[in-house]
Amino acid sequence: MSSVAVFSPKASHGRSTDWLQAWLPKLVLAPSVVIVLVGFYAYILWTLLLSFTNSRFMPSYKWVGLAQYMRLMENDRWWVASQNLLVFGGLFIAISLCLGVLLAVLLDQRIRAEGAIRTIYLYPMALSMIVTGTAWQWLLNPGLGLDKLLRDWGWEGFRFDWLVDPDRVVYCLVMAAVWQASGFVMALFLAGLRGVDPSIVRAAQVDGASLPTIYLRIVLPSLRPVFFSSLMILAHIAIKSFDLVAAMTAGGPGYASDLPAMFMYTHTFTRGQMGLGAASAMLMLGAVLAILVPYLYSELRTKRHE
Amino acid sequence: MSDVSVAQRRSSDVLLPPGEGGAKRRMRAMSLSRLAIHATLILACALYLVPLVVMLLTSFKTPEDIRTGNLLSWPEAFTLIGWIKAWGVVGSYFWNSVMIVVPAVLISTVMGALNGYVLSMWRFRGSQLFFGLLLFGCFLPFQVILLPASFTLGKLGLANTTTGLVLVHVVYGLAFTTLFFRNFYVSVPEALVRAARLDGAGFFTIFGRILLPMSIPTIMVCLIWQFTQIWNDFLFGVVFASGDTQPITVALNNLVNTSTGIKEYNVDMAAAMIAGLPTLVVYVLAGKYFLRGLTSGAVKG
Repeated sequence: MSSVAVFSPKASHGRSTDWLQAWLPKLVLAPSVVIVLVGFYAYILWTLLLSFTNSRFMPSYKWVGLAQYMRLMENDRWWVASQNLLVFGGLFIAISLCLGVLLAVLLDQRIRAEGAIRTIYLYPMALSMIVTGTAWQWLLNPGLGLDKLLRDWGWEGFRFDWLVDPDRVVYCLVMAAVWQASGFVMALFLAGLRGVDPSIVRAAQVDGASLPTIYLRIVLPSLRPVFFSSLMILAHIAIKSFDLVAAMTAGGPGYASDLPAMFMYTHTFTRGQMGLGAASAMLMLGAVLAILVPYLYSELRTKRHE
Repeated sequence: MSDVSVAQRRSSDVLLPPGEGGAKRRMRAMSLSRLAIHATLILACALYLVPLVVMLLTSFKTPEDIRTGNLLSWPEAFTLIGWIKAWGVVGSYFWNSVMIVVPAVLISTVMGALNGYVLSMWRFRGSQLFFGLLLFGCFLPFQVILLPASFTLGKLGLANTTTGLVLVHVVYGLAFTTLFFRNFYVSVPEALVRAARLDGAGFFTIFGRILLPMSIPTIMVCLIWQFTQIWNDFLFGVVFASGDTQPITVALNNLVNTSTGIKEYNVDMAAAMIAGLPTLVVYVLAGKYFLRGLTSGAVKG
C-alpha cells in the first residue's frame, strides 16, 4: 500500500489528509476524555484520599486511616441523616411509583383531554427543588398554611405542624418530593403502556378477564423494565436530595430532617470538617453503586438472553 | 389469525346477554366507571395545581391580607408589591443565572453532539470503554467531586466566578449531552456515512452536511434538558459561587431562609415564581422535548 503511494505525489497529499482524518475523531474526543478521567475518576480518588486524612477547613494530607469513617459511625447526626434517607427514600419511591402507575393506567383509558392532564401532572418536574421547597414550606406552614385553610373551611380542631415536629418533618419532605416526581413516573409508565401489544389485552378481554385484572396480571408485569428504571431514577433523586431539604427545612428543626447530602455539605463547607465530609460523600457514592451495580448487571443479563 | 377472530365472535356472543336490560345495565356500569376515572384524574389535576395556585395567589396579596386570609382565599386587592420587592432582591441574580446558563448550555450541547458523533460513527479501540466511563457520570452523586472541583477552580483563579460555574456545568453535563446524541446517531444507518466517506467527504463535512440537519429534535431535547438542569441547579451554585455571582436558586434560598426580620410570604412566593418561570415557560412551549429528554435519560441512562 504505502510503496504505491510513495510514487504518486497526489496520493502522498491524500495520505497526509488521511492521517488527519484518522486522528480527527480522537482529537475531537480528547478534551472529553481528559474531562472524564480527571473530573470524574481522579476527583473521586482525590475525595477518597481526603476521607483518610484529618483535613478540617483546609485540606491536609496527614493520614489517619479509617478514623473519619469511625467518627461517622459514632456521629448521631449521621445516623439521623441515614435513617431519614431510608424513611424518606422508601416512602418517596413507594408513593411516587403507586401514584404514577395509577395515574398512567387511568390516563390510558382513552381520555379526551389526555394531553392537557399529562402536562399538569408533569409540570412540577420542570421546577427547581428550591422553588418546590419554598412553595411547600409555605403550604405546610404551621399557623398560616394548610393548618389555617382547613380551620377556615370549618374543621375547627384541625392542627398541622409536622414541619416543626422533629418526628414528622421527614414526611413533609416526602409530600413535596412526591408532588414533584410522581408525574414523571406517570409519564414513564404511560409511554410503556403505549408500547404494550393491544392484541394481548384484547385476547384477555375475550377470555372474560376484567380490566383491573388485565392490568394487574398481564399489562403491568410486562412493564418490569419501566418499573426498574423508574426505581433507579427515584432512588437516585432521593440520595442526591439536597436542595429540597435546604429550601424546605434547612435540615431542621435541629437536625431532625437532615439527609446525607445535607450532612456532607454542612460538615464540609460550613463546619470545617472536610475529612468527615469526604467520608460521608464516599458512603453516598457507595449507596449509589449498591443500587446501580445490580441494576446494570440484570440489564446486561437480560440483554444477553434476548 | 382466523382462530382468534372466531373465538372473539363466539365469546362476545356469550358476553352480551340477550335483551335490552342487560345491555343497558352494562352501559350504566361502563359510564359509572368512566365517571370515576374522570373524577379521579380531575381531582389529581387539582392537587398538582394547588401549590402553583397558592404561590400565585400569595404573591399578589399584601402581608396584611396573608395574615387575615388563608392559602386559597382570593386577594382583597391584587397588588404587585410582592413582585416588585422580589425583583429588587433577586433580579440581579436572575441575570447571573442567564449568564451562566447560556454559555454552559451551548458549549455542553456542541461537545455532546461531537462526542456522540465520534462514539457512533468513528468508533475506535477503547471508544466503547470511554462511553461506559462517561455514562457513569449520569449517576455520579456530585458530593463526591465537590471538594477536588473547588480546589481546582481555586487554582485556576475561577473560584466564585461565572466562568467557573460555566466550566463546572459543562463538565458535569457532558455525560447526558453525549448520551442524547450518541443514542440518536446510533440509529442513523452507517451506510449513509460510509457512502459520503467514499465520495471524499471529511469528518466535519459529514457531520455538518448529513448528521446535523437531521439532529434538530435531539438538539432541542439536549438544549431543554441542559437549560432545565443548569437553571435549577442549587448545589454547584451554593458551593462554587458567592455574593454577586450567585445564581437565582441560591438567592431565592437565601431570601426564604433568612431568619432576620418579618417574613414576607408574598415576596417569597413572587421570588419563587420568578425563579421558576423560565423553566415553566420552556416546559409549556416545548413539553414534548422536555419529556423526551427525561425518558431517554431514564431508559438508556
